[in-house]
Amino acid sequence: MKAKSAAAPYAVWMTIFIVVPMVLVVIFAFTDKSGSFTLKNIAEVGQYSNVFLRSIWLGAVATAISLLLGYPLAQIISHISPRRQSVMIMLVMLPMWMNFLLRTYAWMTLLEDNGIINNLLASFGLGRLHLINTQGAVVLGMVYNYIPYMILPIYSVLTKIDSSVVEAAQDLGANRVQVFSKVIFPMSMPGVISGITMVFVPAVSTFIISKMLGGGANLMIGDLIDMQFLGSAYNPNLGSAISLVLMVLILICMGIMHQFDDGENSGGGIMV
Amino acid sequence: MENTPIISLENIAVSFDGEVVLKDFNLSIRNGEFVTLLGASGCGKTTTLRIIGGFVKQDTGDVFFNGKKINDLPPHKREVNTIFQKYALFPHLNVYDNVAFGMRVHGKSESQIKTTVNEMLSMVNLNGFAHRNVNLLSGGQQQRVAIARALANEPKVLLLDEPLGALDLKLRKDMQVELKKIQQQTGITFVFVTHDQEEALSMSDTVVVMDKGEIQQIGTPQDIYNEPRNAFVADFIGESNILDGVMHEDYLVEFARHPFKCVDKGFQANEPVDVVIRPEDIDVVEPDTSHLSGTVTSVNFKGVHYEIIVDVNGFKWMIQSTDYQEVGNRIGLSLQPDDIHIMHKSEYSGMFGDYSTFSDEMDEDSQNGGKEAEIYE
Amino acid sequence: MKAISKIYAVLIFLFLYAPIVVLIVFSFNDSTTMSRSVWSGFSIKWYLKLFQDGMLLSALRNTLVIAAVAALVSTVLGTAAAIGIGGMNKLMKRMVMDVTNLPMVNPEIVTGVSLMLLFVFVAKSMGNLTLGMFSLILAHITFCLPYVILSVLPKLRQMDPHLYEAAQDLGCSPIFAFFKVVLPEIMPGVVTGMIMAFTLSIDDFVISYFTSGTTQTLPIFIYSMTRKRISPEINALSTLLFGTIIVLLLIINFRQAKDQKAEEKAEEA
Repeated sequence: MKAKSAAAPYAVWMTIFIVVPMVLVVIFAFTDKSGSFTLKNIAEVGQYSNVFLRSIWLGAVATAISLLLGYPLAQIISHISPRRQSVMIMLVMLPMWMNFLLRTYAWMTLLEDNGIINNLLASFGLGRLHLINTQGAVVLGMVYNYIPYMILPIYSVLTKIDSSVVEAAQDLGANRVQVFSKVIFPMSMPGVISGITMVFVPAVSTFIISKMLGGGANLMIGDLIDMQFLGSAYNPNLGSAISLVLMVLILICMGIMHQFDDGENSGGGIMV
Repeated sequence: MENTPIISLENIAVSFDGEVVLKDFNLSIRNGEFVTLLGASGCGKTTTLRIIGGFVKQDTGDVFFNGKKINDLPPHKREVNTIFQKYALFPHLNVYDNVAFGMRVHGKSESQIKTTVNEMLSMVNLNGFAHRNVNLLSGGQQQRVAIARALANEPKVLLLDEPLGALDLKLRKDMQVELKKIQQQTGITFVFVTHDQEEALSMSDTVVVMDKGEIQQIGTPQDIYNEPRNAFVADFIGESNILDGVMHEDYLVEFARHPFKCVDKGFQANEPVDVVIRPEDIDVVEPDTSHLSGTVTSVNFKGVHYEIIVDVNGFKWMIQSTDYQEVGNRIGLSLQPDDIHIMHKSEYSGMFGDYSTFSDEMDEDSQNGGKEAEIYE
Repeated sequence: MKAISKIYAVLIFLFLYAPIVVLIVFSFNDSTTMSRSVWSGFSIKWYLKLFQDGMLLSALRNTLVIAAVAALVSTVLGTAAAIGIGGMNKLMKRMVMDVTNLPMVNPEIVTGVSLMLLFVFVAKSMGNLTLGMFSLILAHITFCLPYVILSVLPKLRQMDPHLYEAAQDLGCSPIFAFFKVVLPEIMPGVVTGMIMAFTLSIDDFVISYFTSGTTQTLPIFIYSMTRKRISPEINALSTLLFGTIIVLLLIINFRQAKDQKAEEKAEEA
């Protein structure tokens, strides 16, 4: 049939609004203000290697914490009755639908030097802590905002594991720990991989969280890009170069991740 | 009327992604006939059906309906209807609306629709099911709704794509009888696709045996079983012992190192041939009284008979007998001239040998050994 | 073990909901100063003020207009695209799906700046155009499209491919067959996709931030306030929006539950 042609408007749309803009990023990254070819922008990105390292480090820590916290919850949810499962999953997703800026702002309210947590501590007679404007606060903000993206794909893979596979492992003599390490965890790998990608990518490239919870000191890649396009340091060519390097970096990270995942990435199915 | 074929396919060729599905395919179907396309999956039978339905366009060749070329007629304008493999009932419509679908599309009046729907539902024994949800019906009931839906459209030809495949054995048999009855009642031409030889033999007026996109044999069920045209047909329909032989002269054939009298003629002198002997035609006798004798290598109880495998000089014969034989016994095999059926050599000669294994798959797997396993690793 | 699981789940949910509770609670705070962490009594004054704040209301209006248009256009385009993708051969399908996945795996900020480059480039070359509602709508349609496609595609895959043929077989023209049979079948996916597109669009900040020019959407308005002080009006507004979104999500969930039930029943039969 001619069903294919139904996708033609979409193909045109995506060419104009996805492919062409990407090409523009590449062109800007390799040209200077007058439009002639240069490698200066890319070279200049090297100056910001500390920012890149900090972003990757904070993103990786946040991803690891999300995995450690999220996996057990995904597993707990996958073991309860189906009706309660959908309620729990709903609860995991709900916070994502409150505006992201506001949720992060709410953390400011909580973490401030005169914030709710410190007031609570003080009322118990405990000392105040300096929480806001630290790297810890940035990581907390990342984990808080992105942990649902870790829980959901892992959960969706875990529920698809046939319980008879687990029983077969027990039947063959595996104990609880072995069942987990030799059967469940390897089988949930696609979900783990897509969870890691879905947390790491936005965490590395964020510019709000670092601005709001990290203060000025903890500059990240996203902040750098922002500054080149809409900020004080207006320089779209350098901004494009940074974006390009960021994209390439993320592609490399994902390539490495997918080395661990020999199957298709079937875990990212639910993203609602 | 009997003489103009209602459907004829002439020199049809189809390939998908470079893979040939049908090659130079010719078939004509008489009005009122029950025709079955029989073959294993991938033989092109469903494609043939979809060409008639208009869902697949042939690369070359013509399709005629009542003598009129309908190559470019889209499916919705063809006077044929299809029963799809999994019925394809519309899940968002109830039984009544499913059956009424075609008539509504054709703008019939609601009162007329009502009469026809009720008529159709009672024909398929689904009175009182009109307002049921189709998703909640059993497989057999869904099947009957599909039949009612197709027949309500008053097709000249009904195309059935493995309609009984999803049903369990007993229900299948009932539906076979039911379908045959409906076909006789309505007089509509049925083109039926199946891979089940028993179904084909018991329902059809004409059976078309297909393999690799070609017709291997067309004939009545009796012809196909008793006079298979080549080794493929002989092997596919029922069980057969297929041996290499040489036709010495009319009525005399040599195989298994002995000359036998037979009832076939018209071969060239000393022409190499394939010899087919059906397992149920072989009589067991004392080893000394026969030219063919060998050792029993396995015995399987099948209910109505025993299936006995006998090794005669390295060729494994299958015999069906009501008498039990001990494994290891020496027995003789006796053949009457009309038990022996002679076929010309074909591309299939030698592919279907003895009964060392039953299926081709086991045959290949045991030959290839671990080779394939490595590939899949 | 059971008890530990429960405590664990409760702790995680506490973590997830604490800030939201704080937000909602402080939307009812009767503070005269704009202190964000001192409770000074219950009041709904911020809700009342909210409806008198012209800037905020115009940002809200922009957001809703953009979300409605983006959801509508991306649903139509995306549904058509999903159907088209279903009819493609492997190679083409892969190519199209790769482009479809790109905005989903790419950092949002990169999608944002790349679209900004495009819009600025076009605006400049067309003369005195500026970024605004129009560029926002285009950007939102773009990032909503993949989500629509990904929610329609599974429904198409679940659908018996013979349904479409059966409708034609019974006399429907191809287009008629689509509206009578295919569309009702994939409707749940289409509706889910549309609701998702709508909520994503309302919530989007990063891409809007780079493609809005001087036009304000609600998230951009909120952002500009976070740099000074956020008025509890915003708390009030987001409590309202949160409530709306909960209702929308309940509808989706209810539909899915209904779907599932029908499937289970069908399996039992």
